[in-house]
Amino acid sequence: MRPNLVKLAAPSQDKRWKIVDATMRRVGQRSRGLIESLHTVQEAFGYLDETALRYVAVSLRVPLSRAYGVATFYHFFTLKPAGEHTCVICLGTACYIKGAGQLVDTVKRELGIAPGETTSDRKVSVLSARCLGSCGLAPAVVYDNQVAGKVTPEQLRQQIAKWDGHLNDA
Amino acid sequence: MTPEELEQIANDEREAQAGIPQKVKVCVAAGCLSCQSQAVKEALDKEVTRRGPVAHCKIKGVGCMGLCAEGPLVSTSDGTLYKRVAASDAVALLDGLEQGPVERLLCPTDVPFFQRQQKIVLENSGVIDPERIEEYIAASGYRALLHALTEMTPVEVIAEIVKSGLRGRGGAGYPTGLKWSTVSKAVGTQKYVICNADEGDPGAFMDRSVLESDPHRVLEGMLVAAYAVGASEGYIYVRAEYPLAIKRLKIAIRQAEKLGLLGSNICGTHFSFRVELRLGAGAFVCGEETALIASIEGKRGTPRPRPPYPAIEGLLGQPTLINNVETFANIPPIVRNGGDWYAAIGTEKSKGTKVFALAGRVQNTGLVEVPMGITLREMVFEIGGGIPEGRQFKAVQTGGPSGGCLPAECLDMPVDYESLARAGSIMGSGGMIVMDESSCMVDVAKYFMDFCMTESCGKCIPCRVGTYQMHRLLDTITKLHATPQDVALLEELCDLVKNTSLCGLGQSAPNPVLSTLRYFADEYKGHIERNRCVAGVCGKGTE
Repeated sequence: MRPNLVKLAAPSQDKRWKIVDATMRRVGQRSRGLIESLHTVQEAFGYLDETALRYVAVSLRVPLSRAYGVATFYHFFTLKPAGEHTCVICLGTACYIKGAGQLVDTVKRELGIAPGETTSDRKVSVLSARCLGSCGLAPAVVYDNQVAGKVTPEQLRQQIAKWDGHLNDA
Repeated sequence: MTPEELEQIANDEREAQAGIPQKVKVCVAAGCLSCQSQAVKEALDKEVTRRGPVAHCKIKGVGCMGLCAEGPLVSTSDGTLYKRVAASDAVALLDGLEQGPVERLLCPTDVPFFQRQQKIVLENSGVIDPERIEEYIAASGYRALLHALTEMTPVEVIAEIVKSGLRGRGGAGYPTGLKWSTVSKAVGTQKYVICNADEGDPGAFMDRSVLESDPHRVLEGMLVAAYAVGASEGYIYVRAEYPLAIKRLKIAIRQAEKLGLLGSNICGTHFSFRVELRLGAGAFVCGEETALIASIEGKRGTPRPRPPYPAIEGLLGQPTLINNVETFANIPPIVRNGGDWYAAIGTEKSKGTKVFALAGRVQNTGLVEVPMGITLREMVFEIGGGIPEGRQFKAVQTGGPSGGCLPAECLDMPVDYESLARAGSIMGSGGMIVMDESSCMVDVAKYFMDFCMTESCGKCIPCRVGTYQMHRLLDTITKLHATPQDVALLEELCDLVKNTSLCGLGQSAPNPVLSTLRYFADEYKGHIERNRCVAGVCGKGTE
């Protein structure tokens, strides 16, 4: 279909690039497949760094500015690696009504970071979700991919303390 | 695949099912899974294996049973429903099949929450195993498709949908038959059918539940639509945040392809249809159809002015039909039972049933399907079981960030597209959040404005700047620093943003503010004149 497609060498020997290459091949190296390719990169590497964005942009023949634009437009993509543990606080309407705001305050107080940030020792990343769809369990929090329902600030505090051993019991 | 072959699969499956006297169904949709229902299922499986053939029992993973707040839910063949089941209850549950139900886990099903529902979209949810196409076929699945393909012309299919009076379940309520007819008449080298499964409203999880509990129903709806409008390619645009729905859709597509219900020359006819999944990446605006198309094309999800509507110029410039998950899920029963059957349910202008996600300060949170025209009072107090902890009802929010907050005096209003719009809210996709006196309505308006501000794509100025300024004003009010001029300015901005924004996101962003100003003016007044928040939410730590 598209002649003169030169296969670009992967940025490194890392095997995970093969997965990315496979996705880009499946979308026919077309610009249309940009979002799917970025999904694959994030799934494989956990985040999108400059090397990855450049590689995908050149391979799909889109300007780097467009790849960067797409990567920053969508909330699902992250340009920074996550911490060792992640804690996603749902801020959907049902969770908000049932006190998700207090959970955010708890995190701010205990870890000194806001949703979207990672502690300086890279131990814990805190994220917020628009809605997990677990409204029956509001307020909901996802600790390392495990959904917990009807979370109280105290439970959240204990979980954080467990991850971050040297937190004082203030 | 011929209708006879389909019937054969259905019969084989029914016979196999009949051979197992006892079936224990464990909910494995996302709500119950997050309360460890997988562990319950494994424990039951293990116990059945341990007991060997004498158990006469099969453990089955099924979709959502609705009462998500009481999960994990387990039901048995005789209709007994158990709530909050733990893995350690496995032995007791299996003993209960012989010795009578386990009292301490019983969940009563003779209550309005179950009795008042009328299930069409959710008819298979909680009944069939979503990962087995045979079970869907045994439950009359794909019969509508074969009926349409072998006995109806595309024009007849569209006529049936028009007759049913079905309106888009994504929120706006555009007549589905009319949309199909426009796409079928449009000229293009290639037509597309897109299923909008980018359920972005916070507090709404109907579409996720349908996809997780009965994915084949959505595929069948899309197939019938594709046949009716003359499309041969389709996309399901689903949120990346719904991994389980994605997994089950992938399984469903593979199974349908294997049986020749998807692909080339379906059932020996000239009709071909292929479906691909496209993952959303977390942008609320992508629920807007032109933004969704941009996203499928690999671009930033920004809307463009309409017309031309996607029905004429959509994906890659070709005629494109975009419907919501629930709309497609309604199609197979309409084709099976006829448009008149569907039109007999609901109200004059809003036909059929609607699935709602009931959440917030209400006793029974979960998923319910009710006929259109039911009153809000029935929803909140009968089905929802009222407000817990003896608190007072304050408002019910429908339609997510594009909808409004309705007060107690609106409780006797019927739930249909027109009534909700007249009251200053919208039907929306079906989120229904109940609030009691512990919620401050100004704070709630600020919450939604924060959402719209963050989710504004930034393409048009009224939405990008307007939502920011409205949020700033609401923030001042909740900090108890506002003056009456601030409210006047807020009202002016509402008018401007509503009337001049490019797409639905901006046009409806002022709704939560307008509806709270209309029904809860006293609360705004209290914040400004008396520096007081009746709910005690605002102003903490500022004075």
